[in-house]
Amino acid sequence: MEPRPPIVEMRGITIEFPGVKALDGVDLRLLPGEVHTLMGENGAGKSTLIKALTGVYRFQEGELIVAGEPVRLDGTASAQAAGISTVYQEVNLCENLSIGENVMLGQEPRTRLGIDWRRLHALASEALEALGLGDLDTRQSLSTLSLAVQQLVAISRAIVANAKVLILDEPTSSLDANEVARLFAVMRDLRDRGVAILFVSHFLEQVYEISDRLTVLRNGRHEGEFAIDEIDRSALISLMIGKDADTLDAIAQKREAAPREVDAEPLLRARGIARRGAIVPTDLELHAGEVLGFAGLLGSGRTELARLLYGADRLDAGTIELHGRPVALTSPAAALRHRIVFSSENRRDEGIIRDLTVRENVVLAVQAKRGWLRRIATSQQRTLVDDCIARFDVRPAQPERRIGTLSGGNQQKVLLGRWLATDPEIVILDEPTRGIDVGAKADIQAAVLELASRGVAVIFISSELDEVVRLSDRIVVLKDHAVIATLENGPDVTSETIVARIADADAQEEAA
Amino acid sequence: MTATTTRERLGALASTPLVWGLVAIVVLLAINSLRDPGYLGVELAESGRLTGNPIDILRTAAPLLMIALGMTLVVATGGIDLSVGSAMVIGGAVSMEMLQAGDGSVGSAMAALGMALLITAVLGAINGLLVAFVGLQPFITTLVTMLAGRGLAKVITEGQNTSASNEAFRWIANGTVLGAPVVFLIALAILVIVVVLVRTTALGMLIESIGIDPKASRMAGIDRRSLLVAVYVISGVLGGVAGVFATGSVMTVDVSNTGLLLELDAILAVVVGGTALTGGRFSLAGAAIGALLIATLDKTVVFLGVSSAATPAFKAVVIVALCLLQSATIRERLSRVRLRAPRREVTA
Amino acid sequence: MTTTIEHAQAAPTPPWHRRAIERARRRGIDVRTLPTGAAGIILAVMLVYGEIAYGQVLQASTLSNLLINNAHFVILAVGLSFVILAGGIDLSVGAVIAVSSVAGVMLVGAGWPTPLAIAAMIGIGTAFGTASGVLVQHFGVQPFIATLAMMFLARGLASMLSTTPQRLPDDSSFRLLGEPWKLIDGPRVNDLMASAGLVVAVVVVVVAAIVLQRTRFGRTVYAIGGSESSAALMGLRVPRTKLAIYVISGTLAGVAAVVYTARLGTAQNITGMGWELTAIAAVVIGGTLLTGGYGYVVGSVIGALVLGLMTVLITRDGGVPPEMTTIITGGILFVFVMLQRAVVRRRR
Repeated sequence: MEPRPPIVEMRGITIEFPGVKALDGVDLRLLPGEVHTLMGENGAGKSTLIKALTGVYRFQEGELIVAGEPVRLDGTASAQAAGISTVYQEVNLCENLSIGENVMLGQEPRTRLGIDWRRLHALASEALEALGLGDLDTRQSLSTLSLAVQQLVAISRAIVANAKVLILDEPTSSLDANEVARLFAVMRDLRDRGVAILFVSHFLEQVYEISDRLTVLRNGRHEGEFAIDEIDRSALISLMIGKDADTLDAIAQKREAAPREVDAEPLLRARGIARRGAIVPTDLELHAGEVLGFAGLLGSGRTELARLLYGADRLDAGTIELHGRPVALTSPAAALRHRIVFSSENRRDEGIIRDLTVRENVVLAVQAKRGWLRRIATSQQRTLVDDCIARFDVRPAQPERRIGTLSGGNQQKVLLGRWLATDPEIVILDEPTRGIDVGAKADIQAAVLELASRGVAVIFISSELDEVVRLSDRIVVLKDHAVIATLENGPDVTSETIVARIADADAQEEAA
Repeated sequence: MTATTTRERLGALASTPLVWGLVAIVVLLAINSLRDPGYLGVELAESGRLTGNPIDILRTAAPLLMIALGMTLVVATGGIDLSVGSAMVIGGAVSMEMLQAGDGSVGSAMAALGMALLITAVLGAINGLLVAFVGLQPFITTLVTMLAGRGLAKVITEGQNTSASNEAFRWIANGTVLGAPVVFLIALAILVIVVVLVRTTALGMLIESIGIDPKASRMAGIDRRSLLVAVYVISGVLGGVAGVFATGSVMTVDVSNTGLLLELDAILAVVVGGTALTGGRFSLAGAAIGALLIATLDKTVVFLGVSSAATPAFKAVVIVALCLLQSATIRERLSRVRLRAPRREVTA
Repeated sequence: MTTTIEHAQAAPTPPWHRRAIERARRRGIDVRTLPTGAAGIILAVMLVYGEIAYGQVLQASTLSNLLINNAHFVILAVGLSFVILAGGIDLSVGAVIAVSSVAGVMLVGAGWPTPLAIAAMIGIGTAFGTASGVLVQHFGVQPFIATLAMMFLARGLASMLSTTPQRLPDDSSFRLLGEPWKLIDGPRVNDLMASAGLVVAVVVVVVAAIVLQRTRFGRTVYAIGGSESSAALMGLRVPRTKLAIYVISGTLAGVAAVVYTARLGTAQNITGMGWELTAIAAVVIGGTLLTGGYGYVVGSVIGALVLGLMTVLITRDGGVPPEMTTIITGGILFVFVMLQRAVVRRRR
């Protein structure tokens, strides 16, 4: 490849927040017609760098050069004017407006009589066509689309803007395999048309599949820039986490826990539980002291099934028995009374109460269970929170700190502490290790095994199949809102086995 | 929290809205004292009562303080209660009607008070049920009950401004104990009761929790609905109490004007006291200070010889001043001025 | 709850979902227009009911009067629509009408020529709107509090100007604006009439509708109401738009003051008390969601007329005690909010 001049060059970018240096002299070069991946653990400074590039944050030091000209951005509008478009992880569109309008907002075609709606929809269709979405009715409300399609609509905005630089911030985290393939096809097409794409993803496979080059950040510092074939996976991981690969292996060694006795009588038995649009009638058994893994892609029904068991959503049909007796789990409060807890995958919106302290977040579920009248004594609250902090090594170890100021991994630990403080019989963990650093991950995995060894039944949900295989005694495989298999874990079960099951079901479907 | 320097501690103090409220009260009293050095004087009248401007201020602050407490709890859940002014007029109307029909005894006073509280509790419960179970927006819900509530008060009195007489009532509204106005002592007692209610139980924390994040609170097993009903009932009842005492001082309910727009004063008191309208962390003491500030302001304006109809303009000045002090833009500018010097040294 | 929905949607191609979309598409109905459509139907039903029950409703004179008498209210509701569509709120409009009217009448009394006085009145509205907008946009004050402050300020200033009713001189050209014109001289007194104020209202409605539907500014208003952060990240001019909606709302309050004063010929400091809430009710009745993003100007017009017609029907009935008026207003508001809820539920 002949060297082309970079379309975007960031040099020595430094951004300081009160008390923290979020970025410290970071460089980034984007060449036209390449997919450039930004790698780094949570808190490495990826989103800060992106926000500097899109004009959301101003940097204290360093310079930004776009197409050879030094640029000062003072807002998203000026970034867009400079040809930089961004698609964020949480789709930032307006659900109250039509699809076409979302594509064209800010760039509406106008005549002397104002916005030309007919042309607007035509142009929007054209842009969507380029992404293989030509059959969408652009006059429909955006809210009728799935998240994945909304993401593509967001990308089409960049096409309309004729962006020279497209930033995709974790676009794949809510997409299934087909949708990722479709997105990658679009990315390749844009790349071939000379667009520089800055891509952020946690999924290594995807990174190696799509990237041309990558830049690695750690703790706000630039760790290096590589062509994709210059660096192998373990070297990349070491660079990202600052530990060498052996440490990682040591964590992985925790698999193969001793096989546990499984009672004949299940702790929980679900018969034909179903919810329209979420899960078809399903039977399930859960035994004391076992780890039951839920494996499946996002949207397969794994979260939906777990939510039914916690009463977070109402059952449309079916019954649930605990200890052989039927129970009505009509709300999380009811489930909590039956000693079932559920840690949501959505830590920010369904987990932490951001303005409350660590202490209050820990005691919250216990307090909710006791009712508001019987307040937990201050000393007892102290004990609960100190236990949690010590057990999971929560940092900083300050009970009176606002939980919103903690890192994701530490928030997750506090939440785990909240649920365990209620002395549960059944613990449901939905993606407890997503988006947190390796150390915290290992702590949480250890806690899962320890719970099971004390006789607690654990349902463990994760999109990292390796993790599910490592921890589970049995694995429930879900696909398209149904359970397609229940596997007894053993040496012959690997993440490939599960992938094969899911793929098999596909093949059978096609044959049928 | 590690060891803090005096300066940091002062800084933290300066950022509490409560302190600004107190400062504002002191400033207003100082202005009045400048005009009349005897302004703060309190005299012991022959009847054993204390009279004087400070006593007047406390007396007028009492009803506002009561509704501001209920409003604080509602606002902390992320809601708003526009109907408290109507709860006041209903409380006043019910009690006056009952007293007029009663025999003037202490018993009939208690019955009147009880009935007023019962009916305003029902009004609050309607708000709460609509917000919690039907899922209507608090603003709209309480706008409906505000409109309907004042209408109801007029229906109760058949459009008349009902008067009554009852010694026990008059004493509560106008009497003094150890020199202090009874009605203010009752307001203080209610403040203490509410503080005890929310802080020695878990009510306060759970209210803050649902105010900060309703969804996450539900997932934590908190029963949001019953809490919501509870705060709206509390707000309604406190509105009723305030209405009874506000009408008790003149022993007449003015169905068109009693409690009119007082919900706005209460919201103002809550905000001045440092509780954000978006819900979450709340301060009852702050709301009490806010209510005192508004009462002081009312008195000051009249004392300075401005028409009392013009009082709102001065409230506006106070709100704008406090909002600007709390605004991030201004703070940033202030702190930049303070920090500029050391920062240069670091970078150099 | 929402998560499940999202997940269900994120699933490959959930058949039930696709079917629902197809069904809606086949019917060719935009669900967003349903609440406004319902408001229109209810207005029609009220008109027909009035005609059947009391007679002489569906005739030129009654309808002309309805429009002429509510012209100022329609203008007010249109101004509020901009703010509410963007997810904000403006509590100051009623008080702005008061200060603007009182100032205008006094200026005319002081010998100002009518056009200058009118310009001053509108300018006063613009000034208050700008102040609200600056507080909200530049100082991050919550719209509720910022406009509450402006409401207090405007009401206070109006009271400082005068606390007694001010009359326009009988020969002032200002009054011509409110003078009804006979368009068609009907039999007996059944004339089709209009007034300059009504023409102004119609122009305001048409221009507002065009601005909201056919300009980038208008679409930015909707986008902000849908999601302010999304609008900002899409590079729309959010700060400028947020400032502008308050300026528009304030300016239209000034225009409404002109129209109202011209028709009535008098102004007082207590004019417009509570109108902000009635206007909000009108906007909501017209199908605009108080949280922003959904609604149409035409709906606000219908909402204003529904409330105006209600007063006419109550007067015609004669049997409804006047104290019931606010109860009925509350009831109508409640019915519409429930209706909207049902529609929104269906859409989910």
